[in-house]
Amino acid sequence: MNSKYVFILIITIVSSFFLSLASEGFKDKRNKNIEIDKKKNILSSIGLDIESFNISDIDNYFKNYIDTLIINLDGDVIDNISISDLYEIENKSTGEVKYYYNDNEYLPMYIETEKGVMIMPVSGKGLWSSLFGYFAIDTNNYSTVKGITFYAHGETPGLGAEISKKWFQNNFIGKEIYSLSNMLQSIVVVKGKAASHSKYEVDGISGATITSNGVTQLLDRDLKRYEPYFIKNRKR
Amino acid sequence: MKIKKTFIDPLVDNNPITRQVLGICSALAVTVKVEQALVMTLALTFVVTMSNTIISLLRNYISPSIRIIVQLTVISTLVSLIDIFLGAYMYDVSKSLSVFVSLIITNCIVMGRADGFAMQNGIKESFIDGLGNGLGYGGILIIVAAFRELLGFGTLLDFRILPESMNNGLMILAPGAFIILGLIIWAQRSITAVVEE
Repeated sequence: MNSKYVFILIITIVSSFFLSLASEGFKDKRNKNIEIDKKKNILSSIGLDIESFNISDIDNYFKNYIDTLIINLDGDVIDNISISDLYEIENKSTGEVKYYYNDNEYLPMYIETEKGVMIMPVSGKGLWSSLFGYFAIDTNNYSTVKGITFYAHGETPGLGAEISKKWFQNNFIGKEIYSLSNMLQSIVVVKGKAASHSKYEVDGISGATITSNGVTQLLDRDLKRYEPYFIKNRKR
Repeated sequence: MKIKKTFIDPLVDNNPITRQVLGICSALAVTVKVEQALVMTLALTFVVTMSNTIISLLRNYISPSIRIIVQLTVISTLVSLIDIFLGAYMYDVSKSLSVFVSLIITNCIVMGRADGFAMQNGIKESFIDGLGNGLGYGGILIIVAAFRELLGFGTLLDFRILPESMNNGLMILAPGAFIILGLIIWAQRSITAVVEE
Protein backbone atom coordinates (compact mmCIF):
# COMPACT_ATOMS: atom_id res chain seq x y z
CA MET A 1 0.00 0.00 0.00
CA ASN A 2 2.65 2.47 1.08
CA SER A 3 5.16 1.31 -1.46
CA LYS A 4 3.71 3.49 -4.22
CA TYR A 5 4.23 6.60 -2.13
CA VAL A 6 7.81 5.59 -1.50
CA PHE A 7 8.19 4.90 -5.21
CA ILE A 8 6.88 8.28 -6.35
CA LEU A 9 8.98 9.97 -3.66
CA ILE A 10 12.12 8.30 -4.97
CA ILE A 11 11.28 9.20 -8.58
CA THR A 12 10.71 12.82 -7.62
CA ILE A 13 13.92 13.10 -5.62
CA VAL A 14 16.01 11.52 -8.36
CA SER A 15 14.47 13.82 -10.98
CA SER A 16 15.01 16.92 -8.89
CA PHE A 17 18.60 15.89 -8.29
CA PHE A 18 19.33 15.68 -12.02
CA LEU A 19 17.51 18.91 -12.74
CA SER A 20 19.31 20.95 -10.13
CA LEU A 21 22.61 19.45 -11.25
CA ALA A 22 21.96 20.49 -14.86
CA SER A 23 20.58 23.88 -13.91
CA GLU A 24 23.59 24.72 -11.73
CA GLY A 25 26.07 23.27 -14.21
CA PHE A 26 24.81 25.30 -17.16
CA LYS A 27 23.92 28.46 -15.26
CA ASP A 28 27.05 30.43 -16.11
CA LYS A 29 26.84 29.55 -19.77
CA ARG A 30 23.21 30.55 -19.96
CA ASN A 31 23.72 33.85 -18.15
CA LYS A 32 26.61 34.61 -20.47
CA ASN A 33 24.33 33.97 -23.47
CA ILE A 34 21.69 36.32 -22.11
CA GLU A 35 24.29 39.01 -21.44
CA ILE A 36 25.79 38.69 -24.92
CA ASP A 37 22.36 38.79 -26.48
CA LYS A 38 21.60 42.03 -24.68
CA LYS A 39 24.92 43.57 -25.70
CA LYS A 40 24.34 42.49 -29.29
CA ASN A 41 21.04 44.34 -29.34
CA ILE A 42 22.52 47.47 -27.86
CA LEU A 43 25.31 47.47 -30.42
CA SER A 44 23.04 46.81 -33.37
CA SER A 45 20.86 49.78 -32.37
CA ILE A 46 23.75 52.09 -33.24
CA GLY A 47 24.05 50.56 -36.68
CA LEU A 48 26.96 48.16 -36.22
CA ASP A 49 26.86 45.05 -38.40
CA ILE A 50 26.54 42.67 -35.51
CA GLU A 51 26.56 39.46 -37.59
CA SER A 52 30.27 39.93 -38.28
CA PHE A 53 31.09 40.16 -34.55
CA ASN A 54 32.02 37.13 -32.50
CA ILE A 55 31.51 36.90 -28.76
CA SER A 56 34.87 38.35 -27.78
CA ASP A 57 34.47 41.22 -30.30
CA ILE A 58 31.22 42.14 -28.62
CA ASP A 59 32.76 42.00 -25.17
CA ASN A 60 35.75 44.08 -26.27
CA TYR A 61 33.65 46.68 -28.01
CA PHE A 62 31.54 47.00 -24.92
CA LYS A 63 34.55 47.31 -22.66
CA ASN A 64 36.27 49.90 -24.84
CA TYR A 65 33.52 52.12 -26.14
CA ILE A 66 30.37 51.72 -24.08
CA ASP A 67 29.77 53.50 -20.77
CA THR A 68 26.69 53.03 -18.69
CA LEU A 69 25.02 55.99 -17.08
CA ILE A 70 22.24 56.27 -14.52
CA ILE A 71 20.15 59.42 -14.26
CA ASN A 72 17.32 60.37 -11.95
CA LEU A 73 13.96 61.65 -13.14
CA ASP A 74 15.24 65.24 -13.10
CA GLY A 75 17.94 64.34 -15.59
CA ASP A 76 20.87 64.50 -13.16
CA VAL A 77 23.62 61.90 -13.47
CA ILE A 78 23.86 59.64 -10.44
CA ASP A 79 27.36 58.29 -9.87
CA ASN A 80 27.01 55.99 -6.92
CA ILE A 81 24.57 53.50 -8.48
CA SER A 82 25.57 51.00 -11.15
CA ILE A 83 23.23 49.57 -13.73
CA SER A 84 23.28 46.14 -12.11
CA ASP A 85 21.84 47.63 -8.89
CA LEU A 86 18.62 48.60 -10.62
CA TYR A 87 15.66 46.27 -10.67
CA GLU A 88 13.01 46.41 -13.35
CA ILE A 89 9.26 46.47 -12.94
CA GLU A 90 7.17 46.02 -16.05
CA ASN A 91 3.65 47.41 -16.22
CA LYS A 92 1.97 44.50 -18.00
CA SER A 93 -0.86 46.54 -19.47
CA THR A 94 1.25 49.31 -21.00
CA GLY A 95 4.53 47.47 -21.47
CA GLU A 96 6.31 50.34 -19.72
CA VAL A 97 9.41 49.31 -17.76
CA LYS A 98 10.51 51.33 -14.75
CA TYR A 99 13.85 50.98 -12.99
CA TYR A 100 14.14 51.23 -9.25
CA TYR A 101 16.81 51.28 -6.60
CA ASN A 102 15.78 51.63 -2.94
CA ASP A 103 12.26 52.58 -4.07
CA ASN A 104 13.53 55.55 -6.07
CA GLU A 105 13.02 55.55 -9.80
CA TYR A 106 16.02 55.97 -12.08
CA LEU A 107 16.66 55.76 -15.81
CA PRO A 108 19.55 53.78 -17.29
CA MET A 109 21.35 54.58 -20.54
CA TYR A 110 24.41 53.56 -22.50
CA ILE A 111 26.84 55.99 -24.07
CA GLU A 112 28.93 54.96 -27.05
CA THR A 113 31.99 57.14 -26.67
CA GLU A 114 33.65 56.77 -30.07
CA LYS A 115 30.77 57.83 -32.31
CA GLY A 116 28.98 59.81 -29.62
CA VAL A 117 25.71 57.95 -29.38
CA MET A 118 23.32 57.62 -26.48
CA ILE A 119 21.29 54.41 -26.27
CA MET A 120 18.18 54.09 -24.16
CA PRO A 121 15.93 51.12 -23.52
CA VAL A 122 12.38 51.53 -24.81
CA SER A 123 9.34 49.35 -24.32
CA GLY A 124 5.61 49.42 -24.84
CA LYS A 125 2.58 47.54 -26.00
CA GLY A 126 1.95 46.15 -29.48
CA LEU A 127 -1.06 44.13 -30.54
CA TRP A 128 -0.37 40.84 -28.73
CA SER A 129 2.64 41.53 -26.61
CA SER A 130 5.06 43.93 -25.00
CA LEU A 131 7.74 45.28 -27.33
CA PHE A 132 11.26 45.73 -25.98
CA GLY A 133 14.00 47.57 -27.78
CA TYR A 134 16.77 50.14 -27.78
CA PHE A 135 16.68 53.60 -29.29
CA ALA A 136 19.87 55.47 -30.15
CA ILE A 137 20.40 59.20 -30.66
CA ASP A 138 23.40 61.37 -31.43
CA THR A 139 24.99 63.00 -28.36
CA ASN A 140 26.09 66.03 -30.41
CA ASN A 141 22.60 67.44 -30.53
CA TYR A 142 20.45 64.88 -28.68
CA SER A 143 18.12 64.96 -31.63
CA THR A 144 19.36 62.95 -34.61
CA VAL A 145 18.28 59.31 -34.48
CA LYS A 146 21.07 56.79 -34.99
CA GLY A 147 18.96 53.67 -34.90
CA ILE A 148 16.40 51.47 -33.21
CA THR A 149 16.13 47.75 -32.52
CA PHE A 150 13.44 45.52 -31.11
CA TYR A 151 14.79 42.38 -29.50
CA ALA A 152 11.74 40.88 -27.83
CA HIS A 153 8.12 40.86 -28.90
CA GLY A 154 5.34 38.42 -29.71
CA GLU A 155 3.79 40.12 -32.73
CA THR A 156 2.40 38.31 -35.80
CA PRO A 157 5.16 37.06 -38.10
CA GLY A 158 5.06 38.88 -41.43
CA LEU A 159 2.94 41.71 -40.01
CA GLY A 160 3.70 43.27 -36.61
CA ALA A 161 6.91 41.27 -36.33
CA GLU A 162 8.32 43.37 -39.17
CA ILE A 163 9.37 45.85 -36.45
CA SER A 164 12.39 43.64 -35.86
CA LYS A 165 13.33 43.78 -39.57
CA LYS A 166 16.05 45.98 -41.06
CA TRP A 167 13.78 47.79 -43.55
CA PHE A 168 11.58 49.11 -40.77
CA GLN A 169 14.40 50.01 -38.40
CA ASN A 170 16.48 51.69 -41.11
CA ASN A 171 13.67 54.18 -41.69
CA PHE A 172 14.40 55.77 -38.33
CA ILE A 173 18.04 56.55 -39.04
CA GLY A 174 18.59 60.28 -39.61
CA LYS A 175 15.21 61.38 -38.24
CA GLU A 176 15.05 64.06 -35.55
CA ILE A 177 13.32 64.14 -32.18
CA TYR A 178 13.62 67.91 -31.69
CA SER A 179 11.67 70.32 -33.87
CA LEU A 180 13.14 73.51 -35.30
CA SER A 181 11.49 75.44 -32.49
CA ASN A 182 13.44 73.29 -30.06
CA MET A 183 10.51 71.24 -28.77
CA LEU A 184 10.70 67.50 -28.19
CA GLN A 185 8.74 65.91 -31.02
CA SER A 186 8.70 62.16 -31.06
CA ILE A 187 8.74 60.15 -34.25
CA VAL A 188 5.39 58.99 -35.58
CA VAL A 189 4.94 55.70 -37.40
CA VAL A 190 2.30 56.74 -39.92
CA LYS A 191 -0.27 54.61 -41.71
CA GLY A 192 1.10 53.95 -45.18
CA LYS A 193 4.01 56.00 -46.52
CA ALA A 194 5.60 58.84 -44.58
CA ALA A 195 5.65 62.26 -46.21
CA SER A 196 8.88 62.55 -48.14
CA HIS A 197 11.61 64.61 -46.43
CA SER A 198 9.68 64.49 -43.16
CA LYS A 199 12.10 64.38 -40.26
CA TYR A 200 9.47 63.20 -37.80
CA GLU A 201 7.60 60.42 -39.60
CA VAL A 202 8.48 56.91 -40.76
CA ASP A 203 6.60 54.44 -42.99
CA GLY A 204 4.04 52.26 -41.24
CA ILE A 205 3.67 48.51 -41.60
CA SER A 206 0.67 47.60 -43.71
CA GLY A 207 -1.63 45.22 -41.86
CA ALA A 208 -0.07 46.10 -38.52
CA THR A 209 -1.61 49.42 -37.55
CA ILE A 210 -1.85 48.59 -33.86
CA THR A 211 1.80 47.52 -33.65
CA SER A 212 2.79 50.68 -35.56
CA ASN A 213 0.76 52.85 -33.17
CA GLY A 214 2.35 51.00 -30.27
CA VAL A 215 5.81 52.00 -31.52
CA THR A 216 4.68 55.62 -31.86
CA GLN A 217 3.32 55.66 -28.33
CA LEU A 218 6.24 53.94 -26.66
CA LEU A 219 8.74 56.30 -28.28
CA ASP A 220 6.73 59.34 -27.25
CA ARG A 221 6.37 58.16 -23.67
CA ASP A 222 9.94 56.97 -23.17
CA LEU A 223 11.50 60.03 -24.82
CA LYS A 224 9.54 62.26 -22.46
CA ARG A 225 11.01 60.39 -19.50
CA TYR A 226 14.49 61.24 -20.71
CA GLU A 227 13.58 64.80 -21.72
CA PRO A 228 15.01 66.48 -18.56
CA TYR A 229 18.38 64.95 -19.41
CA PHE A 230 18.17 66.14 -23.02
CA ILE A 231 17.32 69.66 -21.91
CA LYS A 232 20.30 69.80 -19.54
CA ASN A 233 22.73 68.49 -22.13
CA ARG A 234 21.58 70.01 -25.40
CA LYS A 235 23.88 72.64 -26.85
CA ARG A 236 21.90 75.60 -27.95
CA MET B 1 11.45 -8.73 -37.64
CA LYS B 2 9.14 -7.31 -35.02
CA ILE B 3 11.80 -4.81 -34.01
CA LYS B 4 12.10 -3.59 -37.57
CA LYS B 5 8.34 -3.18 -37.82
CA THR B 6 8.30 -1.27 -34.52
CA PHE B 7 10.77 1.18 -36.04
CA ILE B 8 9.37 1.46 -39.57
CA ASP B 9 5.67 1.63 -38.68
CA PRO B 10 5.58 5.09 -37.09
CA LEU B 11 7.70 6.55 -39.88
CA VAL B 12 4.94 6.25 -42.49
CA ASP B 13 2.02 3.85 -42.04
CA ASN B 14 1.33 4.72 -38.42
CA ASN B 15 2.88 8.17 -38.40
CA PRO B 16 1.95 10.09 -35.24
CA ILE B 17 1.12 13.25 -37.19
CA THR B 18 -0.34 12.15 -40.50
CA ARG B 19 -2.03 8.95 -39.32
CA GLN B 20 -2.86 9.50 -35.66
CA VAL B 21 -3.05 13.32 -35.98
CA LEU B 22 -1.23 13.91 -32.68
CA GLY B 23 1.20 16.71 -31.83
CA ILE B 24 -0.41 19.09 -34.32
CA CYS B 25 -0.03 22.18 -32.13
CA SER B 26 3.76 22.12 -32.16
CA ALA B 27 3.79 20.98 -35.79
CA LEU B 28 2.08 24.24 -36.69
CA ALA B 29 4.14 26.45 -34.42
CA VAL B 30 7.74 25.43 -35.00
CA THR B 31 7.70 24.76 -38.74
CA VAL B 32 8.37 28.31 -39.94
CA LYS B 33 12.02 27.52 -40.59
CA VAL B 34 13.86 24.25 -41.17
CA GLU B 35 16.43 24.98 -38.46
CA GLN B 36 13.71 25.22 -35.81
CA ALA B 37 12.10 22.03 -37.06
CA LEU B 38 15.44 20.19 -36.93
CA VAL B 39 16.13 21.23 -33.34
CA MET B 40 12.56 20.40 -32.34
CA THR B 41 12.93 16.97 -33.98
CA LEU B 42 16.10 16.25 -32.03
CA ALA B 43 14.54 17.47 -28.79
CA LEU B 44 11.36 15.46 -29.17
CA THR B 45 13.18 12.33 -30.37
CA PHE B 46 15.45 12.51 -27.34
CA VAL B 47 12.52 12.97 -24.96
CA VAL B 48 10.28 10.26 -26.39
CA THR B 49 13.12 7.74 -26.71
CA MET B 50 14.42 8.33 -23.21
CA SER B 51 10.99 8.45 -21.59
CA ASN B 52 10.00 5.22 -23.34
CA THR B 53 13.20 3.56 -22.14
CA ILE B 54 12.89 4.77 -18.56
CA ILE B 55 9.19 3.96 -18.27
CA SER B 56 9.77 0.52 -19.73
CA LEU B 57 12.58 -0.02 -17.24
CA LEU B 58 10.29 0.90 -14.36
CA ARG B 59 7.12 -0.66 -15.76
CA ASN B 60 7.00 -3.58 -13.33
CA TYR B 61 7.32 -1.31 -10.31
CA ILE B 62 4.81 1.34 -11.30
CA SER B 63 1.49 0.85 -9.57
CA PRO B 64 -1.31 1.41 -12.12
CA SER B 65 -2.98 4.06 -9.99
CA ILE B 66 0.02 6.38 -10.08
CA ARG B 67 1.34 5.57 -13.56
CA ILE B 68 0.35 8.92 -15.13
CA ILE B 69 2.10 10.86 -12.35
CA VAL B 70 5.28 8.83 -12.79
CA GLN B 71 5.20 9.23 -16.57
CA LEU B 72 4.66 12.97 -16.30
CA THR B 73 7.49 13.34 -13.79
CA VAL B 74 9.91 11.48 -16.04
CA ILE B 75 8.80 13.37 -19.18
CA SER B 76 8.92 16.81 -17.61
CA THR B 77 12.36 16.12 -16.16
CA LEU B 78 13.67 15.18 -19.60
CA VAL B 79 12.05 18.22 -21.23
CA SER B 80 13.51 20.57 -18.63
CA LEU B 81 16.94 19.04 -19.20
CA ILE B 82 16.64 19.71 -22.94
CA ASP B 83 15.46 23.25 -22.26
CA ILE B 84 18.44 23.95 -20.01
CA PHE B 85 20.81 22.41 -22.53
CA LEU B 86 19.44 24.49 -25.43
CA GLY B 87 19.64 27.65 -23.34
CA ALA B 88 23.31 26.97 -22.74
CA TYR B 89 24.46 25.81 -26.17
CA MET B 90 21.96 26.95 -28.80
CA TYR B 91 20.66 30.18 -27.32
CA ASP B 92 19.36 31.74 -30.54
CA VAL B 93 17.41 28.67 -31.55
CA SER B 94 16.09 28.25 -28.04
CA LYS B 95 14.88 31.85 -28.16
CA SER B 96 13.05 31.30 -31.43
CA LEU B 97 11.50 28.04 -30.20
CA SER B 98 10.49 29.91 -27.03
CA VAL B 99 7.80 28.11 -25.13
CA PHE B 100 7.43 25.18 -27.51
CA VAL B 101 10.30 23.22 -26.05
CA SER B 102 8.66 23.26 -22.62
CA LEU B 103 5.39 22.31 -24.28
CA ILE B 104 6.86 18.96 -25.34
CA ILE B 105 5.65 17.91 -21.89
CA THR B 106 2.08 18.13 -23.12
CA ASN B 107 2.79 16.59 -26.51
CA CYS B 108 0.36 13.71 -26.89
CA ILE B 109 2.93 11.62 -28.73
CA VAL B 110 5.25 11.39 -25.73
CA MET B 111 2.51 10.55 -23.23
CA GLY B 112 0.83 8.24 -25.72
CA ARG B 113 3.95 6.17 -26.36
CA ALA B 114 4.85 6.00 -22.67
CA ASP B 115 1.42 4.85 -21.57
CA GLY B 116 0.40 2.92 -24.67
CA PHE B 117 3.64 1.16 -25.53
CA ALA B 118 6.42 1.39 -22.94
CA MET B 119 4.19 0.21 -20.09
CA GLN B 120 3.64 -3.13 -21.87
CA ASN B 121 6.88 -3.73 -23.73
CA GLY B 122 10.53 -4.47 -23.10
CA ILE B 123 13.32 -1.91 -22.95
CA LYS B 124 14.71 -2.62 -26.40
CA GLU B 125 11.34 -2.44 -28.15
CA SER B 126 10.40 0.70 -26.25
CA PHE B 127 13.66 2.38 -27.19
CA ILE B 128 13.15 1.56 -30.87
CA ASP B 129 9.50 2.60 -30.70
CA GLY B 130 10.45 5.96 -29.22
CA LEU B 131 13.11 6.50 -31.86
CA GLY B 132 10.67 5.61 -34.65
CA ASN B 133 7.94 7.89 -33.35
CA GLY B 134 10.30 10.79 -32.74
CA LEU B 135 11.70 10.54 -36.24
CA GLY B 136 8.25 9.99 -37.76
CA TYR B 137 7.08 13.19 -36.10
CA GLY B 138 10.26 15.02 -37.05
CA GLY B 139 10.18 13.86 -40.65
CA ILE B 140 6.79 15.47 -41.20
CA LEU B 141 7.92 18.57 -39.30
CA ILE B 142 10.93 18.99 -41.56
CA ILE B 143 8.90 18.46 -44.74
CA VAL B 144 6.33 21.07 -43.66
CA ALA B 145 9.09 23.47 -42.57
CA ALA B 146 10.92 23.04 -45.88
CA PHE B 147 7.81 24.07 -47.83
CA ARG B 148 7.05 26.97 -45.50
CA GLU B 149 10.59 28.34 -45.44
CA LEU B 150 11.00 27.96 -49.21
CA LEU B 151 7.68 29.58 -50.08
CA GLY B 152 7.54 32.05 -47.20
CA PHE B 153 11.13 33.31 -47.08
CA GLY B 154 12.59 31.90 -50.31
CA THR B 155 15.35 30.19 -48.34
CA LEU B 156 16.27 26.72 -47.07
CA LEU B 157 18.31 26.62 -43.86
CA ASP B 158 18.79 30.38 -44.44
CA PHE B 159 20.39 29.72 -47.83
CA ARG B 160 18.60 31.80 -50.48
CA ILE B 161 16.97 29.78 -53.27
CA LEU B 162 14.04 31.86 -54.54
CA PRO B 163 14.14 35.67 -54.97
CA GLU B 164 12.62 37.72 -52.18
CA SER B 165 9.88 39.02 -54.49
CA MET B 166 8.33 35.55 -54.57
CA ASN B 167 7.83 35.35 -50.79
CA ASN B 168 4.33 34.38 -49.73
CA GLY B 169 3.38 35.81 -46.35
CA LEU B 170 0.62 33.26 -45.83
CA MET B 171 3.19 30.48 -45.51
CA ILE B 172 4.77 32.16 -42.48
CA LEU B 173 1.47 32.24 -40.64
CA ALA B 174 -0.30 29.27 -39.04
CA PRO B 175 -2.80 28.80 -41.92
CA GLY B 176 0.13 28.04 -44.21
CA ALA B 177 1.10 25.15 -41.95
CA PHE B 178 -2.48 23.88 -41.89
CA ILE B 179 -2.66 23.87 -45.67
CA ILE B 180 0.70 22.11 -46.17
CA LEU B 181 -0.04 19.59 -43.44
CA GLY B 182 -3.49 18.89 -44.89
CA LEU B 183 -2.02 18.34 -48.34
CA ILE B 184 0.59 15.92 -46.95
CA ILE B 185 -2.06 13.94 -45.06
CA TRP B 186 -4.24 13.88 -48.16
CA ALA B 187 -1.38 12.70 -50.36
CA GLN B 188 -0.36 9.98 -47.92
CA ARG B 189 -3.87 8.67 -47.43
CA SER B 190 -4.67 8.54 -51.10
CA ILE B 191 -1.49 6.54 -51.69
CA THR B 192 -2.03 4.11 -48.79
CA ALA B 193 -5.82 4.15 -49.30
CA VAL B 194 -6.49 4.50 -45.57
CA VAL B 195 -9.93 5.86 -44.77
CA GLU B 196 -10.94 7.02 -41.31
CA GLU B 197 -14.05 5.16 -40.11
